[in-house]
Amino acid sequence: MTDMAETADKAVIIVHSGDMDKLYSALIVGNGALAMGMDVSMYFTFWGLQRLKKGGLEKGPLSKMHMLGLGKWMIKKRMKASNVASLEKLMNDYKELGGKILACEMTMEIMGVKADELRTEWIDEYGAVGTYVNEARDAKITLFI
Amino acid sequence: MAEIEIDTRGETCPVPLVECRKALRKAAPGDEVIVLGTHPASKKEIPMACKALGLEVVDVEGKDDEWKIKIRR
Repeated sequence: MTDMAETADKAVIIVHSGDMDKLYSALIVGNGALAMGMDVSMYFTFWGLQRLKKGGLEKGPLSKMHMLGLGKWMIKKRMKASNVASLEKLMNDYKELGGKILACEMTMEIMGVKADELRTEWIDEYGAVGTYVNEARDAKITLFI
Repeated sequence: MAEIEIDTRGETCPVPLVECRKALRKAAPGDEVIVLGTHPASKKEIPMACKALGLEVVDVEGKDDEWKIKIRR
């Protein structure tokens, strides 16, 4: 399986949104691509980067019908009833399957985020646009979420 | 040669696919991984993933909402 590494197709996802539902989409696609034998990099920038803060993963609002948290509470209840995995589990699975996490340095600078505020155990690399382009130029799938 | 069984019954997208991949990574060549599940889409998608990984699906049995897939690593 790992012997396929040199020839594996690649997926690169920019996680710009910090919304809970969009982070679900990003991590589900990332995990799915890994499970199907692809290499995956997720590049966290702007509001997405806030989710990499300690205790921040599940903190995002709903992108629509958040309604001061009421909408999110309702959706979370429905997700629990349907046995949907937590973002923490999806992130841990993503890392276990060899997924890469890149953190945007400019976002850290403009939003005053220090490396020690982040879940550094998840982060493989800190970089800028060149890092993304370099990752994405030979990717088969690239998404902006 | 070991037989490894993973139970994803009651789990939904993307957990059955991900747990299957985790088990396949841990298995040794020649081992058989048996995945039990109830998530309908995964019954189709696990064989798709195996094809992409170049692995043989030995058997798929059961209904769409209660299935068993056997894979040779």
